[in-house]
Amino acid sequence: MASKERELRVKPINNGTVIDHIEAGQALNVLKILGIGGHTRHVVSVLMNVPSGAMVAKDVVKVEDRELEPEEVDTIALIAPRATINIIRNYEVVEKFRVAMPRNVIGIIRCGNPNCISNSNEPVSSRFVVESMDPVLLRCSYCEFVLDKNIADHLL
Amino acid sequence: MIFERRHIISTKDFSREEIDFILDRAGRLEPYARMGGLDLLKGHVVATLFFEPSTRTRLSFDTAVKRLGGATIGFDSAESTSTVKGETLSDTIKVIESYADAIVIRHPREGAARMASEISSVPVINAGDGAGHHPTQTLLDLYTMRKECRKPIEDLNVAIVGDLKYGRTVHSLAYALSLYKARLSLVSPEQLRMPESIINYLRKQGVELVETPRIDDVLADADVLYMTRIQKERFPDPSEYLKVADSYRITPDTLKGVKDDMIIMHPLPRVNEIDPAVDSTRHARYFRQAFYGVPIRMAVLSLVLGKEA
Repeated sequence: MASKERELRVKPINNGTVIDHIEAGQALNVLKILGIGGHTRHVVSVLMNVPSGAMVAKDVVKVEDRELEPEEVDTIALIAPRATINIIRNYEVVEKFRVAMPRNVIGIIRCGNPNCISNSNEPVSSRFVVESMDPVLLRCSYCEFVLDKNIADHLL
Repeated sequence: MIFERRHIISTKDFSREEIDFILDRAGRLEPYARMGGLDLLKGHVVATLFFEPSTRTRLSFDTAVKRLGGATIGFDSAESTSTVKGETLSDTIKVIESYADAIVIRHPREGAARMASEISSVPVINAGDGAGHHPTQTLLDLYTMRKECRKPIEDLNVAIVGDLKYGRTVHSLAYALSLYKARLSLVSPEQLRMPESIINYLRKQGVELVETPRIDDVLADADVLYMTRIQKERFPDPSEYLKVADSYRITPDTLKGVKDDMIIMHPLPRVNEIDPAVDSTRHARYFRQAFYGVPIRMAVLSLVLGKEA
């Protein structure tokens, strides 16, 4: 019975992307960052609290028939710095890389300063400069507000 | 050094050499700030977009343009503009850039000037964005210190007093003074201390600084006493405000024991923090400081419009 459950959890995909080693509890935020919502055309599997030797528990996201570019996924590093990206073709991992913190984060995080121009009705995307990666420290390019905790709470 | 077509958003965007260059230019323009006689901006139009009230900043920009032979257009409150109809700042900038050669903007939201600069094809000068930046105020503060103190800025002990938490003026000033490595004494009630991020920045820059809630601790050593207004509305208990407001009130009596050449500055408007009797002492510089806004803004405007003095 246990091996059957295990099989179901890790069932391989034919083509697409597997995002592994996501901090437990962050899988839904990863989907948010990738812009994957209820109307996606792709088959998406979300595994949460999967036992992990290195992380105790982790989340995994599989997106079928979509290959994510490094630039597309780097922002995931804000909330899951240890995440790894596996590109799958014909059931084989053809590419594997770790997310890398981007220099700028645009249009993904809401500024924590309610009086910032990026929180108004202006047609402008929020924009942060990554000042520090560990710990994560973001500075708003407009109002210079520093965001250094609960970053997932500020996802747009 | 290239200033032509450059946006002036924050003093943090400038090196010390660039700031010195602007101050030097203001020095050359100062005689014309009183009497005009230059036509550097002849045929040029500068838009002054003030989405919130201002007296000195708007009028000194207006004066600066006119002393340089240019013309101004603009407004001094959002109520008289299409903002009340729901127009965005972005659209306002797109319209005004086709009317003017430079845009001066004051806006209640932080980052508004930075956003405007990304949209505008003509130089944008930040005249205050919420609690954010007010670079020309900082430049005129530095110019005042340079003109009115007997020592170079790097040798000054500058005491900044009052609301250090919310005051955009003192944040920008602290950043700029860190370029000169001037010593700073920061005097404020506990609730209105300089933000930790700025303190950390200053320390990282090697600035020698002390923080204290007592003005008496710093008066004797100060070369510059930079007073700011404490805003009553920040205090939940009015009696606490009164206690603090009284302790930071400068009168001729409190000036006993200060250095002979110590100067008092204030970005104005003042309320109770400087007794009018101080105005006639040798220490008062705040009205002259307000005047220096004109040559500084003449310098900035002529530089961004690429006009040689």
